[in-house]
Amino acid sequence: MIPEIGQFALILALSLAICQGVLPLVGAHRNDSAMMQVGNTAALGQFVFVTIAFGCLTWSFVTSDFSVLYVANHSQLSLPTVYKISAVWGAHEGSLLMWILILAAWTVAVSRYSSELPEAFSARVIGVLGLLSIGFLLFALLTSNPFDRLTPPASDGADLNPLLQDPGLAIHPPLLYIGYVGFSVAFAFAIAAMLSGNLDQRWAKWTRPWTTLAWMFLTLGIMLGSWWAYYELGWGGWWFWDPVENASFMPWLIGTALIHSLAVTEKRGLFKSWTLLLAITAFSLSLLGTFLVRSGIIVSVHAFATDPTRGFFILGFLGVVVVGALILYAWRAPSLDSDVGFALLSRETFLLLNNVLLVVAATLVLMGTLAPLVIELLNGGKISIGPPWFEVAFLVPMIPLVLLLGLGMHTAWRKQDTRPWFALLRIPAIAAVLLGIVLPLMFYGRTGLLLAVGFAAALWIIATSLIQPIRSLRRKDGSAGITRSALGMSVAHLGMGLFVLGATVTSAFNVESDRALTPGESIDVAGYDFTMLELRNVEGPNYSAIEGVIEISKDGDYVATVRPQKRQYLVQKNWMTEAGIYATWNKDLFVALGDQLGNGAWSVRVQYKPMIRYIWFGAIIMALGGIIAVSDRRYRLKASKTSKVSGTAAESA
Amino acid sequence: MSRYVLPLLAVIALILFLMVGLKRGDPRALPSPFIGKPAPQFELPTLKDPSATIGSQDLEGNLALVNVWATWCVGCRAEHPFLLELAAKDSIPIYGINWRDTRPEALRWIDQLGDPYIASGFDGSGRVGIDWGVYGAPETFLVSADGVVLHKHLGPLSKESWESDFVPLINGGGAAQ
Repeated sequence: MIPEIGQFALILALSLAICQGVLPLVGAHRNDSAMMQVGNTAALGQFVFVTIAFGCLTWSFVTSDFSVLYVANHSQLSLPTVYKISAVWGAHEGSLLMWILILAAWTVAVSRYSSELPEAFSARVIGVLGLLSIGFLLFALLTSNPFDRLTPPASDGADLNPLLQDPGLAIHPPLLYIGYVGFSVAFAFAIAAMLSGNLDQRWAKWTRPWTTLAWMFLTLGIMLGSWWAYYELGWGGWWFWDPVENASFMPWLIGTALIHSLAVTEKRGLFKSWTLLLAITAFSLSLLGTFLVRSGIIVSVHAFATDPTRGFFILGFLGVVVVGALILYAWRAPSLDSDVGFALLSRETFLLLNNVLLVVAATLVLMGTLAPLVIELLNGGKISIGPPWFEVAFLVPMIPLVLLLGLGMHTAWRKQDTRPWFALLRIPAIAAVLLGIVLPLMFYGRTGLLLAVGFAAALWIIATSLIQPIRSLRRKDGSAGITRSALGMSVAHLGMGLFVLGATVTSAFNVESDRALTPGESIDVAGYDFTMLELRNVEGPNYSAIEGVIEISKDGDYVATVRPQKRQYLVQKNWMTEAGIYATWNKDLFVALGDQLGNGAWSVRVQYKPMIRYIWFGAIIMALGGIIAVSDRRYRLKASKTSKVSGTAAESA
Repeated sequence: MSRYVLPLLAVIALILFLMVGLKRGDPRALPSPFIGKPAPQFELPTLKDPSATIGSQDLEGNLALVNVWATWCVGCRAEHPFLLELAAKDSIPIYGINWRDTRPEALRWIDQLGDPYIASGFDGSGRVGIDWGVYGAPETFLVSADGVVLHKHLGPLSKESWESDFVPLINGGGAAQ
């Protein structure tokens, strides 16, 4: 009964999405206020019914209704309740439903906070979002119905993939999807602007907070995914250039470019067509990511179950959305670009370089991701492109990007005088270079070219990000302080600096050792003694595990005890690694159990990872910068009064 | 003007390319080391009678299916009706390998859902599964009359996969002999 209600709610949501996708667009074209207002109500209704559907699926999971095929495949009686809930979005069908729910939620948010927008413009935005909802709802109902029944019902389920039974992975997909789907708002704003043919600087102002919010969630989502991979996969790495990771990283790179390009469009009215193109591209890459993950076209460790019909559906949908948007772009964009000039040494130049470098980076990632497919289709056999290629290729645009970042932040719009610029940046630049060479020698005892460049770049970004906030703190009473928008930028860049620092130090000074250990034995890694005290059996709710108790000491002094586990989940019978990690502000000590070697010995992977936390901490700071920037008074979103009392909207309009 | 059309052309090219990529089929279809090679020898006690055995010699002389299944496997439950349908047509003998399972549960399954198999070997330890290179249940092997593995199917069998992957081999094999 409950699953049928869910399915019925999805069908109703589709009907409302059709109203939302068609009526406001027609209304905006005819200048019919009543038709335009229908969009807001339909969007709210769509959200309500999708929420009901999502609630029904969650209910089926919580009550372990194994007559629902999706539940039977991805849950199990002894699964802890929290993972029964997160299992809702643990595989294709449910995660698609979550995607639809998030899209509906973004739409309601946009319709509620759009009182400052012209009526026809906001109607078009809601309409475009409605068209996207139609596509995803059709996708769910036609190819991926989460409510399909299983007859006869299973007596117990096949369990959630144990890799996903983890708090980090429970919240990683929602954050990631909020980010992915959030770019649909920037996309809808771009389409609405092109439909109306009126693209002034206010368009950029309205788009900015939504884009920054989406970017912020995407940043956090990717960060959590990376952190999870670090402690759960047992390899101790933090980024693997897997196609699925790349699928989330490409929209992030383009989204970052978009945020910067929007700044130029808002402040100076420049780069309009370029900004539009980036807004289209960011969302298109989100769709492409969905396609790569769900169609099974590319082999990846965490792709969803493969099904070519789904692949064709998403590809068709992607084709309609992106080709439609780009036809509109080819038609409208030529009339947009203005000839306002700017000097060579100006913020515009630096933001242009930022955009070029970020787009080059995204293109390289795309090429590396698709290359194996290209080679295979050209009958070149199966190849894989691994981290070594990406690490080298990616650094080519990244090194100039981080170096230019510090310059661009302190360059004025239009034209910057050379002399005060040198005076301001000379000291941080010299200090960063010197400390970049000296500090690694001092703390870690060696240096190298790439290491010095990375270290100096990190210090350079950190120093230049702090100039403005520090000046603001030391200003005279009464003078204007830093704006939230500028503070947000400084904080986000500071996060970038911390990230570069962490990535540089950890890749240069990481020490790794794989050894066989029996209880009582110890090994020495990077000056720390790791002694295996005992191995014991531990029982979890739905797994049994072998736990190593490992004491870490340095020069005879006790440091910590870590307890890495090797878990066997009872239903799917596969082994999972839970690393034992001792973390302090400047290092992680990482111990993972490998395989049983006989005679009571286990292979143990011990790693010393200096400053690895700065990678994720930096990403959190970047996201924090995003929140600060969005909270700037200029962008503060006003809730529309009309949408609170629906029904009065049409009369008052 | 042309630079505004360029993204459109690039995207159309990308989409066409991805379309070709999709048509090529399952990228996971890694060439199995067993295809075209003699099937691994095995000898297992049967599920219904632990004192009787079933093994490679029972398969000889006929084109046969070897289906790896287990009661804990939802995919097996999904393909079970199709296996019954195949067995009812009596077109090809189906042998089962009950893999990493317990005997009482497997017997209850056969009892409740029906038995499409000529016989099932009981491989509780998964030892034979290793020889056959089984990743996970269900897996289905098509073995020729002279004991050569013609095809290996991962995941549940369905009418579509049967007709696209098995039927041509079965018909082709018949013509060649």
